Amino acid sequence: MIKHYEISGTDFAAAGEASSDFKTMLKKIGVPPDVIRKVSIAMYEAEINTVIHGQGGFCDAEIGPDSIVITFTDHGPGIEDIERAMCAGYSTASDEIRDLGFGAGMGLPNIKKYTDDMKIESELGKGTTVVLTIKLF
Amino acid sequence: MYFHSVSLDSDKCHGCTNCVKGCPTEAIRVRDGKARIIKERCIDCGECIRICPYHAKRSITDPRVLTSEYKYNIIMTPPSFYGQFPGITDVNVILTGLKKLGFDDVYEVARGAEYVTASTAKMMLDGTLPKPAISSACPVINRLISIRFPDLIDNIVKLISPMEVAAEHTRREAIEKTGLDSKDIGVFFITPCPAKMTSIRTYMFLKEPVINGAFSVNDMYAELLPVLKTIDKPEKIARASIKGISWGRGGGESAGVPSPKVIHADGIGNAIKILEQMENDNIDADFLELCSCPGGCVGGPLNVENPFVAASRMENMIVADEEAYPLSGLNIPDMLWKNDLEPVYIMRLDDDFRVAMEKMQEIERIYETLPKLDCGACGSPSCRAKAEDIVRGYTSDKDCIVKMREEMTRLLKKEKSDEGI
Repeated sequence: MIKHYEISGTDFAAAGEASSDFKTMLKKIGVPPDVIRKVSIAMYEAEINTVIHGQGGFCDAEIGPDSIVITFTDHGPGIEDIERAMCAGYSTASDEIRDLGFGAGMGLPNIKKYTDDMKIESELGKGTTVVLTIKLF
Repeated sequence: MYFHSVSLDSDKCHGCTNCVKGCPTEAIRVRDGKARIIKERCIDCGECIRICPYHAKRSITDPRVLTSEYKYNIIMTPPSFYGQFPGITDVNVILTGLKKLGFDDVYEVARGAEYVTASTAKMMLDGTLPKPAISSACPVINRLISIRFPDLIDNIVKLISPMEVAAEHTRREAIEKTGLDSKDIGVFFITPCPAKMTSIRTYMFLKEPVINGAFSVNDMYAELLPVLKTIDKPEKIARASIKGISWGRGGGESAGVPSPKVIHADGIGNAIKILEQMENDNIDADFLELCSCPGGCVGGPLNVENPFVAASRMENMIVADEEAYPLSGLNIPDMLWKNDLEPVYIMRLDDDFRVAMEKMQEIERIYETLPKLDCGACGSPSCRAKAEDIVRGYTSDKDCIVKMREEMTRLLKKEKSDEGI
């Protein structure tokens, strides 16, 4: 089963709505609480990234028989150096975004920490796709 | 069976959907023209009592005659009670008035709050609190967490509430003073909310009940108001300082926490947002004071006075001096929960994960056929909840008035075009 979410690139107040909706659904299905916790943290971070860096995009969250796979796709500027972007504390966020309390450079490292697998594909000028996998059991 | 204090007066219920749409746990439906509470989901927040224009929602509290069953009766006042009376500036007037009503003794819950504050502070400094630690004082928040945020249960400070601490203290004092058996001593609470009533009846975190009943603020107000006017020289009873008394309004509890990183949120919707954010690991704080009622306990649905007026009045009351009655015998192990808070998976569609998945898919499919106006006219809080109700077998999809209207328009059009032929 797949849930599709559109993510606005400018609406900071709405950032987190997709992960919140998906989390509510997982609770109703009866996914174990520790899995839900991992999903909510990782998905929220990735959603914020899509808003801040990706200038918006969409997200497809799939509940499979033994894992949850969430794909974030944006058509933003792309990531120049993925390896560096993965380093804790490294951020390309603007001052304006940092003033809002985001951009501490913990987004991607945190996502990796709370997922069982994370894949990033990015092309400069075209956009980024991040695929998160979290095992169900 | 789970007891809850909020109940419905069927005769007064018009079957409007104000309460249905305002319920934070989607626990109310209108069926056959009357509101119905899904009792396992009710967390006793009292939002429906507040919103009902016909006063059909009420809280079950105890009758005053209950005191006749005991030889010695003690009444406990919540701090928010002090703010209810216009023109009363001295706490002792209220406490003396309660004794004049026939109670043998009066005990301030604010005093219990001082003990909880001291224990929380010590636990924080000892490093034994989780981070962020969530206050356990509001029973609605505890119940909300067990239903909607079970993974946050371990963040709750496992201390019994000020009301329970106060009850244990005053009962002990009374046994020493009178030599009576504990069963002959009645300890009662003046409750500003249905949730406190529930926690007295269920005594979830205690080995045995310590409070014998609760009367609503509204009931006590009516009885006490005329008496207060007759008091010239109040007795000196008050022992709680402003530190304990300020627990009666939002922010009062967290003011006593030894960290600047505290967040206080009142109003159930605001509390839910904080807990949601906490689930995302997006809260940087040492302590969270979450109150279900707007403005804290002064906003309790059984209170009489406007919460903002009451809060201001409380802050300006003449109360006991902090140094005058130092806390004695602070015993943290005594104040810890005797039972843990268990997660309640009432929101789950099915115990079997695979069946629940199928049901969720069915909900999504039905939802797409609904108008998504969330009008509530069918008696369910939203179109999504309606889809869920259909799958859970609570209702059918025949009563959507928007779909009915579409069907009618279609038939009328068909009739017209048939006539045209």
